[in-house]
Amino acid sequence: MSTSKFKIIAEEQSQPLTFNFSSENLTKAKKIIKMYPSNFKESSIMPLLSIAQAQNHGWLPKKAIEYVSNFIEVPEIKVLEIATFYSMYNLSPVGKFHIEVCTTTPCMLRGSDPMLDLCKKKFGLEIGGITEDGLFSLGRVECLGACVNAPVVKINENYYEDLDSESLNKLLDGLKMNKKVKIGPQSKRKGSEPVK
Amino acid sequence: MPKIFINEKPIKVDDGITVLQACEIAGIEIPRFCYHERLSIAGNCRMCLVEMENSLKPVASCAMPVAEGMKIKTNTKMVEKARKGVMEFLLINHPLDCPICDQGGECDLQDQAMAYGKGFSRFVEKKRAVKDKHLGPLIKTHMTRCIHCTRCVRFSEEVAGNSQLGTIGRGEDTEITSYLEKTIDSELSGNVIDLCPVGALTSKPYAFVARPWELKKTNSIDVFDAVGSNIRLDSKGDKILRVLPRINEDINEEWISDKTRFAYDGLNHQRIDRFYVRDSNGDIQESSEETVLKLLKSKFSETDKKKIFSFCGNLVDCESIFSFKSFLKKINSNNFDCRQDNSFFIPKKRSSYLFNSTISGIDDSDLCVIVGSDLRKEAPIIGARLRKKSLEKDNNYPVIRIGYKYDLSINTIELGNSYSSILNLQKNMYKKLISKAKKPLFIIGQGPLCSPEGEEIFNYILSIHNSLVKDVSWNGFNILQNYSGRVGALDLEFYNNKTTKRNNIKDIYNGNYKVLYLFDADEIDFSKIPEDTFVIYHGHHGDKAVSRADVIIPMPCFTEKEGIYVNLEGRVQISRQIKMPISDVEHSWEFFNKLLIEMGIERDYNSLQELRNLMFNQYPNLMKINECKSEKMFKVRSVKRSFSKNDILSNISNFYMTDSVSRNSPTMSSCSLEINNNI
Amino acid sequence: MKKENIIFSNLYGKHDESIKGALKRGDWKNISKILKLDKQDIINKIKDSGLRGRGGAGFSTGMKWDFMPKISGRQHYLVINADEGEPGTCKDRDIIRNEPHKLVEGCLISGYAIGADKCYIYIRGEFYNEAKILQTAIDDAYSKGFLGKNIFGLKINFDIYIHYGSGAYVCGEETALIESLEGKKGQPRLKPPFPANVGVFGKPTTVNNVETIAVVPTILRRGPEWFSKLGRKNNTGSKIFCISGQVNKPCNVEEELGVPLKYLIQKYAGDVIGGWDNLLAVIPGGSSVPLLPKSECENVLMDFDSLKNAGSGLGTGGIIVMNKQTDVVSAIARLAEFYKHESCGQCTPCREGTGWLMRVMKRLENNECSLEEVQMLEEVTHQIEGHTICALGDAAAWPIQGLLKHFKKDILQRIQKKNVA
Repeated sequence: MSTSKFKIIAEEQSQPLTFNFSSENLTKAKKIIKMYPSNFKESSIMPLLSIAQAQNHGWLPKKAIEYVSNFIEVPEIKVLEIATFYSMYNLSPVGKFHIEVCTTTPCMLRGSDPMLDLCKKKFGLEIGGITEDGLFSLGRVECLGACVNAPVVKINENYYEDLDSESLNKLLDGLKMNKKVKIGPQSKRKGSEPVK
Repeated sequence: MPKIFINEKPIKVDDGITVLQACEIAGIEIPRFCYHERLSIAGNCRMCLVEMENSLKPVASCAMPVAEGMKIKTNTKMVEKARKGVMEFLLINHPLDCPICDQGGECDLQDQAMAYGKGFSRFVEKKRAVKDKHLGPLIKTHMTRCIHCTRCVRFSEEVAGNSQLGTIGRGEDTEITSYLEKTIDSELSGNVIDLCPVGALTSKPYAFVARPWELKKTNSIDVFDAVGSNIRLDSKGDKILRVLPRINEDINEEWISDKTRFAYDGLNHQRIDRFYVRDSNGDIQESSEETVLKLLKSKFSETDKKKIFSFCGNLVDCESIFSFKSFLKKINSNNFDCRQDNSFFIPKKRSSYLFNSTISGIDDSDLCVIVGSDLRKEAPIIGARLRKKSLEKDNNYPVIRIGYKYDLSINTIELGNSYSSILNLQKNMYKKLISKAKKPLFIIGQGPLCSPEGEEIFNYILSIHNSLVKDVSWNGFNILQNYSGRVGALDLEFYNNKTTKRNNIKDIYNGNYKVLYLFDADEIDFSKIPEDTFVIYHGHHGDKAVSRADVIIPMPCFTEKEGIYVNLEGRVQISRQIKMPISDVEHSWEFFNKLLIEMGIERDYNSLQELRNLMFNQYPNLMKINECKSEKMFKVRSVKRSFSKNDILSNISNFYMTDSVSRNSPTMSSCSLEINNNI
Repeated sequence: MKKENIIFSNLYGKHDESIKGALKRGDWKNISKILKLDKQDIINKIKDSGLRGRGGAGFSTGMKWDFMPKISGRQHYLVINADEGEPGTCKDRDIIRNEPHKLVEGCLISGYAIGADKCYIYIRGEFYNEAKILQTAIDDAYSKGFLGKNIFGLKINFDIYIHYGSGAYVCGEETALIESLEGKKGQPRLKPPFPANVGVFGKPTTVNNVETIAVVPTILRRGPEWFSKLGRKNNTGSKIFCISGQVNKPCNVEEELGVPLKYLIQKYAGDVIGGWDNLLAVIPGGSSVPLLPKSECENVLMDFDSLKNAGSGLGTGGIIVMNKQTDVVSAIARLAEFYKHESCGQCTPCREGTGWLMRVMKRLENNECSLEEVQMLEEVTHQIEGHTICALGDAAAWPIQGLLKHFKKDILQRIQKKNVA
């Protein structure tokens, strides 16, 4: 029930010693800062953390938080507040494929619990766990906002919808084998149209 | 002035106040946790909900501004339900550990639970447990008790200005912490202990020491800096157990610095409680008063009076200074001074050494120029006041700084570090900015005033001040004194008129004097005093001086006597006696009288009252307790236009150790270690 | 509803969502003419259309715009709430990915009407791919000269920026969204002051839902009368409904307000799994509104006022259908968990209350509650309701209140049965 394990600041041994934006992200970051009035530099915290997280394989080390704090000259605690408040920031390592199963009522009514169980069994994971090969990690999320395509699973930035055991199994196998997988509904429909 | 109705009674209140404040004016108590007069409004505890006509829901009175014709009710079912409901929510996850909680007896939650609590719990789930946080040597945390009112976070951001506290996580997992539990680096951090309405943040040095109802409470003033913060000393038996702020809007509002709050434990360490004399082997030996009196009598009689020099210390009260000065006059010794640092001032001109605008005058000013003063270390309370001013809404308050840079959490315009950078004030863009000010504030620190260029800096700034200020009622020329006893000593003219510009310290080091009388003064480099100088140390702490002194005379410290102090504004205040002097040590005036008897010289007074009467006759200002006589500035004759490239430094490098008491305080030394190393 | 009245003709993404396709569908048509209208004229037209906010509260959009200060020369902001996260709701996602130009055009017109030259679209961070489509739409609008400086030589400047959320349902509350946009935790502000006076970056701000803004261009093109003739009095126009849960064909569909719930479910969603008689209850407006038992669902109309009268609300139009195979207690317990997870933790009743509700609901689900605790559960919801800074407290209370209102008898029976055994 308590906070997700990915929101707990990682142990020292997982923390990288340094963090710097790549030159590409540096350009992005400078552009982001210009989106907001100059006296509201805090506004950039969220987008900067997001690109930092993307650069660091899906999670935010302490050094990245300090880097962002330094980058826009905002106290470290303010950046940490943001990193811990919003659920999409991970503070400890996640898998190459970070699976997040939506289990809120609309998904639950269409069988999200069996989907979650499938993931657990398939990889021998508990919620908050990561496979030894670092390929998969498993989380539970609240409503992803794709309720008419339930059950929904989010893996990294992509949604996989209209799932059942068979399609989810296939999807996960595909990812494991580095195959190109179909994003979106795993059924016959394209979007949210009424099709059985 | 809008007219509003509270429980059907009409009342006229000031525009812009909140419903909660209006209820207070009407004499109706509104329970609250997160609301605090001096912090921004958070409205998060929901304890202050009241009923407002035309509102379906009860409203948070702390955040609702009054409006004409508003009808407020505080005694309805709706309000009762809201308060009881919120109280229950606050208690469900709060531990039932009042018997072992230091806040017990002065806890807002405990008090209000008596009024609005159910008296039993319906909550059968497991209570939340929160890991305690390390915040440094001063603040003890018990975070399970936290009710998330965020007063501490708002204080850290708004008053202390360093934003070191925050809330991480969300929902019921929200926790208050510093970044990765870093020690809080703030000179005002202790105030969060007072602000915390529960026992989540308590005083580490005071942990499990006493219960509030056991304590004797004495109103007094702080002497660890020149601000003169108003404090309450809580003691049990003859021990001071804690120091709390008292509200004084003119001085410290309701904050005190960490040194004010925590350095008191230095009073119990390294105290001098008997006489010592150095023997022929150079070893210090316990002695008796008779021996010392005889020894001093012979020293004073055999030495040429011109070869005797006396310093009075930085933290000495007016009565003691006066008694010392009248003693020296009696024995015809005229070489004495109160400035071990040789700080520049002009004899008999009070405005040359006062914070003339007064502290509350900061609120009225429209520009500030800081010259070589580290407000965080020298006077954190003034730093906070200035910060408050600079953050006022819709207010463009320029703060210009010359000299030593430090984090004041104010947007400052930096003119440079060196003495010569002061000339930048005359550069067009800054000149323009400054010339707009009608009530400019200039703050000159002791760093530059103690330097060889002190007088020139003084004149230069004064001439700018004088050229700007046309309004005779405004005096914005401020000297930031560092020590509580300095203004009193200058008021009492504890200096030799003829030698105020001489470098007395150098004379001492050069061996110009044969006898050196240090009256609670130990801010000099004792290794540089020539071997044949006879050093008398009259003080309360066995600090730096004892290794060199030839004679040591004990005196009571400031909590063991009543004494007048004059703060940096020139405000006269009384420091109160909390306990009897350690080992029944004699008051210094008593000792001087005994010495006069020994020397066969007539005495002028025989009691503290007589001493005071004499002092008040000569210095009537000192009679006016709590008053602050305003002074006019004077003209500057000549102004120098060139300065050195040397850096302007602050006089105080370690905030936590500025005098013999704080140097002997275990709490201050742990702060010094943990916080100063942290920077 | 008649096909020609449908606003979101590419709701399902069957056609080209890019600017080419959008222009073909009539977006951006005569936009310069619309921008030549007087600002107040646009506001009045939206008022006349009867458009009510589609984000959940159902406040008159025209009136909301009218609250904005009218002194020109001051910085105003338009902020679009695309932080869609209300369980049962997924309409804005379809607009953003399939009809992005309706939104972008709506931003321009609405921004012009309220005197804003900058617009932030706050989109939930999970909608990463959707936001990419939206960004392309914005970029294309810039290159066509629909956005930027001095648009059509009318001295109108307008910029649109996308700001990504990062996973906080509470940011759907407009002041929490503003806080988040300012780089703070999404903790709702105290009101007053309202955003129209002090909004984002301290400036007057209007925050509107994606769907609300996306229908604005069509209303102005086809006229407020056209829009107001759709739907029912005070509940005009059409709306996207999301039908999820135990229906045969879960889907999004645009229909006129006031459409019967039963018709919606049967006509579009292929009826309840197991047939209409197998219906247990429906949450008609996203998770925050109280559920309706089958008896209420027979005739209730899907609009703001009808649902309010039925003891629930239209909310976002997210219809969650539960059939008789559902354990309604665990369905609501899951929502209690949702609200506990999403409480921002700022104010006491919500921070402490949502966790309490969740724990009691979990025990109720496992039949580990006493009879008295059911009573207590209800009291606790009333202790939260109306006492919090924002509506999340109410939203956490109402589903449980709805459950207890309609299913208390069953719950008590279940407990008694266990006690006897």
